Amino acid sequence: MKRLDLNRRRLLGRALALGAVTALPACNYEDPAHPDLADRFLHAMSSWNDRMQAALFSRHTLAPTFSAAQITRPPRFNAFYDISQAPVVDPATYQLELSGQIQETAPWSLAQLRALQQESQITRLICVEGWRVIGQWSGVPLGDFLKRIGADTTCKYVSFQCADGYYSSIDMASALHPQTILALDFLGAPLTPAFGAPLRLRIPTKLGFKNPKSVMSMSVGNVYTGGYWEDQGYNWFSGS
Amino acid sequence: MVKESRRPIHPWPLRVMHWLNAVAIVMMIGSGWQIYNASPLFGFTFPLLITIGGWLGAGIAWHLAFLWLLVANGLAYLLWGWLSGHFRRKLWPISITAVPSELWAALRFKLPHQRGRYNAVQRLLYAGVIVAGIVVVVSGLAIWKPVQLWFFTDLLGGYVVARYVHFFAMAAIVGFLVIHVLLVALVPKTLPPMIFGGRAEGAEQ
Repeated sequence: MKRLDLNRRRLLGRALALGAVTALPACNYEDPAHPDLADRFLHAMSSWNDRMQAALFSRHTLAPTFSAAQITRPPRFNAFYDISQAPVVDPATYQLELSGQIQETAPWSLAQLRALQQESQITRLICVEGWRVIGQWSGVPLGDFLKRIGADTTCKYVSFQCADGYYSSIDMASALHPQTILALDFLGAPLTPAFGAPLRLRIPTKLGFKNPKSVMSMSVGNVYTGGYWEDQGYNWFSGS
Repeated sequence: MVKESRRPIHPWPLRVMHWLNAVAIVMMIGSGWQIYNASPLFGFTFPLLITIGGWLGAGIAWHLAFLWLLVANGLAYLLWGWLSGHFRRKLWPISITAVPSELWAALRFKLPHQRGRYNAVQRLLYAGVIVAGIVVVVSGLAIWKPVQLWFFTDLLGGYVVARYVHFFAMAAIVGFLVIHVLLVALVPKTLPPMIFGGRAEGAEQ
């Protein structure tokens, strides 16, 4: 909680915002573990927005695709840490771990994943901050993969855990969207650590932070698992 | 004529919608400035003190929460304004040719205020801010849902252009607000009727 600072500048600023509203105590998700009234209001509205977005979502509405000439070069790195801290995962020993409501939970090596039907896309990645980049990704359509491993696609959530401690989860309808892929390649070459090597989720129907990088394990279930940013207040569905 | 004069300057649905909109628009602008700061379109950011939320996540949360109040209240207003004849009675006709002379008179404080009747400048401003409100909502939806509501995004020339449209529509509304609040400060007797309703001229005798 910020201390009460009654200097003139601050009061003027608040008056300018026409804002007794800005003076609401901790209206900013400061402490997710101890939500106050404003936090609870925002949380309720965010849940409402999750439901509205799920209702608006259509598996048949495709994200726009672009030409190779429109690809953003150089690509833009973005994470909650510096590029030098991007996790390095050994591709030779990597295995995608599976758990939850899945019949065949044997882990998958990169070679096994590459042997599956690959899908390429040139799509737009929109960051929650507002900027956007266009890139080319290819990999395994998640819907195909979920069917292949015998996942229960009536479950609500598909969750991802990453090498850098990041985690996120998406709704099943979005997971089954034809443009949702487990990407292995970026700009025609295997993913590099900064861009999510060796495997990342690429989901052009959601905001950038819903595209977890360096995915180590995936689970399917009905228990809400949130996400790194989602648990701090970003809207969970965050569809585009 | 007697029947007409019993009519309050601002009927109660209008007053309720006006103040709901005031709350919604302040919340949307303050939180919108917070969101803008995360990826500025121009070489400036809004001072944190006049933004709402304190950080991007909370700014978005407030923005997407009050979006529903803004849109529901705005649609109710458009529907009511049309069905009740409010737009036809108060905003129509908009005489563009009368604007320069009335604006010049207003700037010299020579334009008399008529209770419950809008002059050409007011009509143009009120109609203009309704248009800006529609543009701000459509461009906002174009930014929020460029995949599911792609037709709005396409209509505005794509995602990147839609962000600029959203910004300038906001700027137009802020410009209106500055004039609007300034005029109420200059002619304070216009404020009570927006709270209590007031009585149109003729009813007071």
